[in-house]
Amino acid sequence: MINSVNKMKKYDTIIIGAGPAGLTSGIYLARAKQSVLIIDQGTVGGQMIMTHKIANYPGVIDISGYELANNMKAQAKEFGCKIISGSKITGMDISGGIKSIEVDGEDNYSSDAVIIAAGGEPRSLGLESEKRLKGKGISYCATCDGDFFQDQDIVVVGGGNSALEEAVSLTKYARSVTIIHQFDHFQGFPHAIKEAAEHPKIKIILESVVEEFNGDENLNSVIIKNLKDGSLKEINASGAFIFIGYVPRTGPFKGIIALNQKDEIITDIEMRTNISGVFAAGDVISKRYRQVTTAVSDGTIAALSVLDFLNSKKQKIEYSLASEVS
Amino acid sequence: MLKTNLKHIQSASELNKVVSENENVMVCCGRMGPMCIPVYDAMENLEEKYENVKFFDMEFDNPEASVIRSLPECRNFSGLPFTVYYKNGKVVKATSSIQTKDEVKAILNDKFGK
Repeated sequence: MINSVNKMKKYDTIIIGAGPAGLTSGIYLARAKQSVLIIDQGTVGGQMIMTHKIANYPGVIDISGYELANNMKAQAKEFGCKIISGSKITGMDISGGIKSIEVDGEDNYSSDAVIIAAGGEPRSLGLESEKRLKGKGISYCATCDGDFFQDQDIVVVGGGNSALEEAVSLTKYARSVTIIHQFDHFQGFPHAIKEAAEHPKIKIILESVVEEFNGDENLNSVIIKNLKDGSLKEINASGAFIFIGYVPRTGPFKGIIALNQKDEIITDIEMRTNISGVFAAGDVISKRYRQVTTAVSDGTIAALSVLDFLNSKKQKIEYSLASEVS
Repeated sequence: MLKTNLKHIQSASELNKVVSENENVMVCCGRMGPMCIPVYDAMENLEEKYENVKFFDMEFDNPEASVIRSLPECRNFSGLPFTVYYKNGKVVKATSSIQTKDEVKAILNDKFGK
């Protein structure tokens, strides 16, 4: 709960999340002379920084995700946005006319509007051994850690485009790559499936899940469970790369904002949520396609909708004051 | 050189000097990749709050970084970045792969105090 509205620093809009959606909203709003605070619990850029090369952002031939994120950040700051990263939201009251947000249990901020652009985070298997062996065999980035596994046997967990493409990329280093996927088919694009399936170094195990990662100081083997017959099998592996998708960062908003069955925020086409003055944009909302370009689009629409909302609010107050005077 | 706002260490002798001249030192040895950037970002965020700690980065592919890569504490590491915490010249903690700001804070509090 928030302590006192009086002690809060007030902004026109608070944006939760500093990925492409949040930064774009910030750029539009700050350029329209609104005061904007952007808060992110992680690193500015969001999932964009996980991408080594972005080659389909119109007008930019080729750029790293980190560079694009930094450009957006610099642009947002240039227009006057205040950005706080690496900070958790520890309390909020966004249902009323004035929205209040508590950060890291110590700083309080308020605003007339809020844009939730909190993005998503990589899904983990949730095993204790996964956490314990992170960086000692368990990895989430083939480009970063692939070269630690020269001529070794490794597994890739997942069945989407990331898993398939990274599995192929890891064959540059590894002796063998085994893809473990829970369904009887892959979710990736046909060309990605074909490339992985036809690669001589890649073996595929479907309808199976990881039960345990074995190893004391380093990963030695992976126990997998066949979902059809329940049987367990041990695969020797010194590396395991996990690419099992993303989950929306909507935990703090459960019970406050309307979410769909996948815990994504439900918005209308103008990015309005079910709460007046609260908008949402980017990977956190219910939608089919998740790209930097679609996040930027969502962020733009959310910002323009906020401007419309704030103008209407201001006009109502002015009309109300004028009525009182007359 | 890494594109961060941290102070950069570029040689083994520079690292030895920093470690011998400061009581508490945190060095993140990595690349500009998705597992490393969040750790640099966390360090930049924490730099102001932990005045008793000196924060540095070092490029993993710099041959001089073998001074970190070959540490016994990093022997089993297979995930970037390698992050090493020194107290009074000795390694007191080392981590491999991405770490959250909360995880870094917990180590700083535990090993160096706030």
